[in-house]
Amino acid sequence: MTFTIPIDNGDALKNAETDSQRTLYPYVTGTSIVAIKYKDGVLMASDMGGSYGSTLRYKNIERVKAIGKHSLLGASGEISDFQEILRYLDELVLNDNMWDDGNSLGPKEVHNYLTRVMYNRRNKFNPLWNTLVLGGVKNGQSYLGMVSMIGVSFEDNHVATGFGNHLARPILRDEWHADLSFEDGVKLLEKCMRVLLYRDRSAINKLQISKITEEGVTVSQPYSLKTFWEFQAFHNPTAGAQGSW
Amino acid sequence: IRAHIRPFKEKTKASKRKSFSVQTLLRNKDEEEAKMFRNQYDTDVTTWSPTGRLFQVEYAMEAVKQGSAAIGLRSRSHVVLASVNKAQSELSSHQWKIFKVDDHIGVAIAGLTADGRVLSRYMRSESINHSFTYESPLPVGRLVVRLADKAQVCTQRSWKRPYGVGLLVGGLDESGAHLYYNCPSGNYFEYQAFAIGSRSQAAKTYLERRFESFNESSREDLIKDAILAIRETLQGETLKSSLCTVSVLGVDEPFHFLDQESIQKVIDTFEKVPEEEEDGGEAEAEAAAAPAEQGGAGDQDVAPMEM
Repeated sequence: MTFTIPIDNGDALKNAETDSQRTLYPYVTGTSIVAIKYKDGVLMASDMGGSYGSTLRYKNIERVKAIGKHSLLGASGEISDFQEILRYLDELVLNDNMWDDGNSLGPKEVHNYLTRVMYNRRNKFNPLWNTLVLGGVKNGQSYLGMVSMIGVSFEDNHVATGFGNHLARPILRDEWHADLSFEDGVKLLEKCMRVLLYRDRSAINKLQISKITEEGVTVSQPYSLKTFWEFQAFHNPTAGAQGSW
Repeated sequence: IRAHIRPFKEKTKASKRKSFSVQTLLRNKDEEEAKMFRNQYDTDVTTWSPTGRLFQVEYAMEAVKQGSAAIGLRSRSHVVLASVNKAQSELSSHQWKIFKVDDHIGVAIAGLTADGRVLSRYMRSESINHSFTYESPLPVGRLVVRLADKAQVCTQRSWKRPYGVGLLVGGLDESGAHLYYNCPSGNYFEYQAFAIGSRSQAAKTYLERRFESFNESSREDLIKDAILAIRETLQGETLKSSLCTVSVLGVDEPFHFLDQESIQKVIDTFEKVPEEEEDGGEAEAEAAAAPAEQGGAGDQDVAPMEM
């Protein structure tokens, strides 16, 4: 996908320069994030892959990070843009802490700040090529929201990015309910991640599940899901096929 | 004493001046010497006096004392701001002295009301910008610091003058209700209750007697105390709802003004109380009124902004 704003000053060389200042397409990308609200807070699942086009180049990228005391941010899309966002948020949290006045940024505030940033960049035709998932708990209230690279933002009980929207959300719509226990929540997320592993070519079998509650953030150690490939249909895949193709 | 001071020249200078500064600040005989220095070092805000004071800033704080009274008090969950309605003449309407900054922040001013309006506009702007970016109310403590920093700038630029208005800022944040006083000097202080403007000493005396109970006060008692404090500043004039403006904000209550009927109802509950309470109150008020009328600067050796 290429965006080009015609800059008509007859200077092709200079145009190339200004074009290279804007994000035109992503290079190293992360795939889906899936997140749900549960009894004590929010659970977020992501794999650790960074694809370079169709190559699964990086296999140890953490795509979910803690923000301040109350929030968790997961990102899919361009990894370098995610790192840039983490720098912005770092500064934001630092300034918030420096006030030292008993007030602190909650997940709602961070979500709205990110919405403003993403939307502003989109208006300048220089987007941060990410879809972000922001979850958190503050004063007993759980919060889960999403912001896309064009600034579309909303809250929900369960969210997913990229392929997760097509493969994971339908499962969540059927099986999510309020007050899931931690074990049930993890099982549900693993079910979604397994489907993504089977069907999303940029997914890898190395995932982390992050949890945020009133107490704080925990990020699990990376682990893999069990997969099953012994379906009958795989033994003789062309058995039912007729014709020349 | 510096060698270059020439007494005769000083005297001429003093008499030529409109003497606002000299007149209000010369209570204490010990300040004769200071009088000579004042006129030399008070022309602009970026000039220090030999005793380490910025007279222009202190004069700005005098302006606050000339305005009509404004009072603020807070409990754990509510803040009440009240002011006296002073009108230029019988024909005109009264000055608005209390402004809504946001649903959770209000401000009462005393002094140059024009400066107060400008600062209220700044506060509204900051508050709404924060709300837009973070979808969350701006904590009042952070707003007050920005306001104070803005005032400080005017004390350190030769082409500016300090804002001649004191602001009582009441608002909420995560830790509950707060009341702050912002000075033209750029200082700010947090209070349980405070009064500014003319005859505010009478109100302060009343508040000093009661403030320890304010934290646990109910909303109604807080309003009643505010109106009673206003009454103290009126020095015997009958308290009517048309003479005062009262505003409330609280944890589940956005900032709003009380209508005249509600105020009158509260007044009716205590105006009926017989002379005993009123006499006691008035005697104290009279004693406190004397220094208050003179602006209160004469009874301290320390510059007001060092408070």
